[in-house]
Amino acid sequence: MSEPTAASKIPVTVLTGYLGAGKTTLLNRILSENHGKKYAVIVNEFGEIGIDNDLIIGADEEVFEMNNGCVCCTVRGDLVRILDGLMKRKGKFDAIIVETTGLADPAPVAQTFFVDEDVQENARLDAVVTVADAKWLSDRLKDAPEAKNQIAFADVIVLNKTDLVTPAELAEVEGRIRAINPYAKLHRTQRCQVAIADVLERGAFDLDRILELEPEFLEASDHDHHHHDHDHEHCHDENCTHEHHHHDHDHHHDHDHAHGMKHYHDEDMQSLSLRTSKPLDPTKFMPWLQQLVATEGQKILRSKGILAFTGDDDRYVFQGVHMMLEGTHQRAWKDGEPRESRLVFIGRELPEQAIRDGFEQCVTT
Amino acid sequence: MSSFGLPENPASIASVTDRVLPVEIGGAVAAIHFLGDVAAFVGAEEAVTFAAREGEATRLPIHDGAVLCVTSDGKRIVTGGDDGKLMQIAGNGDVTTLATDAKHRWIDNVALNSDGAVAWSVGKTAFVRTAKGEEKSHEVKSTVGGLAFAPKGLRLAIAHYNGVTLWFPNMTATPEGLEWAGSHLAVSFSPDNKFLVTAMHEPALHGWRLADGKHMRMTGYPARVRSMSWSANGKLLATSGADTVILWPFGSKDGPMGKEPAMLAPLQARVTVVACHPREDILAAGYSNGTILLVRMTDGAEILVRKNTDEAVTALGWNAKGNLLAFAAGDGKAGLLEM
Repeated sequence: MSEPTAASKIPVTVLTGYLGAGKTTLLNRILSENHGKKYAVIVNEFGEIGIDNDLIIGADEEVFEMNNGCVCCTVRGDLVRILDGLMKRKGKFDAIIVETTGLADPAPVAQTFFVDEDVQENARLDAVVTVADAKWLSDRLKDAPEAKNQIAFADVIVLNKTDLVTPAELAEVEGRIRAINPYAKLHRTQRCQVAIADVLERGAFDLDRILELEPEFLEASDHDHHHHDHDHEHCHDENCTHEHHHHDHDHHHDHDHAHGMKHYHDEDMQSLSLRTSKPLDPTKFMPWLQQLVATEGQKILRSKGILAFTGDDDRYVFQGVHMMLEGTHQRAWKDGEPRESRLVFIGRELPEQAIRDGFEQCVTT
Repeated sequence: MSSFGLPENPASIASVTDRVLPVEIGGAVAAIHFLGDVAAFVGAEEAVTFAAREGEATRLPIHDGAVLCVTSDGKRIVTGGDDGKLMQIAGNGDVTTLATDAKHRWIDNVALNSDGAVAWSVGKTAFVRTAKGEEKSHEVKSTVGGLAFAPKGLRLAIAHYNGVTLWFPNMTATPEGLEWAGSHLAVSFSPDNKFLVTAMHEPALHGWRLADGKHMRMTGYPARVRSMSWSANGKLLATSGADTVILWPFGSKDGPMGKEPAMLAPLQARVTVVACHPREDILAAGYSNGTILLVRMTDGAEILVRKNTDEAVTALGWNAKGNLLAFAAGDGKAGLLEM
């Protein structure tokens, strides 16, 4: 049987966001815009979508545990069934959007695409897009673990209702978002006015498209604000360089955060980045990473890495959701490209020192 | 059946490929059922195509969209679609709408009882319309994965997450529950009414002995089991999901408990569909590479019906007499074989 290529698989965008953030507004925008594409939409409540579309399917958000002894290995059973049914109409639509309820954890949706063979054969996860309410998110991050999960999990964050907050409030909420997830693309919007191309067809789970793992705010050169909160830079050892020293976009910004910048340190959800310019020993690194996600996978929501192995002329890339990992040799290192390894973990109560120490052991000396 | 000898080597396998009458469906086929000697190729979308040994194939539109489930008792075919409709095609070709979901929700599963009752499911709710036309419903805890009527009486098995509910629509008693962790999809009673088997979301079957609820775990598959078929005498259950046909023994009172399954017709491809002959100990097996074999269950002797073509076989069906076999592959290429 001919293997379906990544391009022939239907892209699936997961749309999350806390209650009232504006998911339905974004969905209506996507569906009503004149883009010439047809989307199948899986919603949790019928009737909210004001657009006539025969490919809107109601879902029950049934989270099933897999019988493989892995407690965080949950999938959306209803999604498996719906995707199976939708695939009978392959060719009638270009992409699928899955809207979750405001209280949903995005992990089971994402894991469905890692675990289920039939789903994998026909569809690919494109990105997790989280709509956040600029006015209320800061509060929700304090009292709603679901909201925090959704931010931590996101590849794209649509920070909506920015017209309802002052610049200082906006800066604060962005700071809080960045304290949890510095890697997602962030778009500030009013009434979810965001270019479709900024939320769909992102390829965020495409291993071939992992280019670099830099905190996104360093790249956001179109933003005119000067408020960046860097509270993840816990590391100052030689293997883990301070992020923006290596980045060439920082001249757009005032990064002088020594003076009066607020640091939001989220007490439990955070990201951790590791970097080394020395090659990694694959015989040590692979078992270490697998062991790490096997033991700490419940705490690790997302992981990604670009790796340079000893005696290997190819870049190795991996990504993971909780305990699930996938990796591949991506391409040859280019001439002049620094052979650096870079890993990012986003999670809850990450055992930071243990992770750093373990990583250190995999570096060749 | 002629020439059912064991081949000396694979190259010399007996072949009946030249006796196949090709049929062009023009789209993926979800299932094949016979109404008399006419094969009904139920498309994955919209229509059913009828083909007989002679004459043109005819296409009959049924649904506005995907055909999600289909069953037949040999006299009629009943289908459920993503248009929220439950449709019936009678032996004379008459099409009737049996039910319409008010909210156009998907009709996910369908089953027919020997007395004429029909069952279908929408989300978590299973519906039964009895032979007298009475309609009843029962809601289970999670979305219905599969439906099957018991061989006797009016008893419906409803598969769902963490088990199966056995519902007697004509009785007020609380339905009986058979529990086993995990998501249960297709469900089937053994023809002797002693066992119930489900195909699970993970690559495994689960079975219960109905007399005492004793569990039977049938594991070891590399892929999810999408096709199950009972042998004519009801003593063997043939399944897809591996690179051989897996046959579980249900002939004794313990069923497959503590027994190994028979593994027949190994190929370098995965079995995608199985269909047991209605009268003989023979089955047809379709593979992921397009190959179709006839396999004798007693000794594994094989006859080649179709060579590999790359597109997986998606459906197989026998007529009631067992002298006609129909098949279809993912690209809509289909055929009829007369024995």
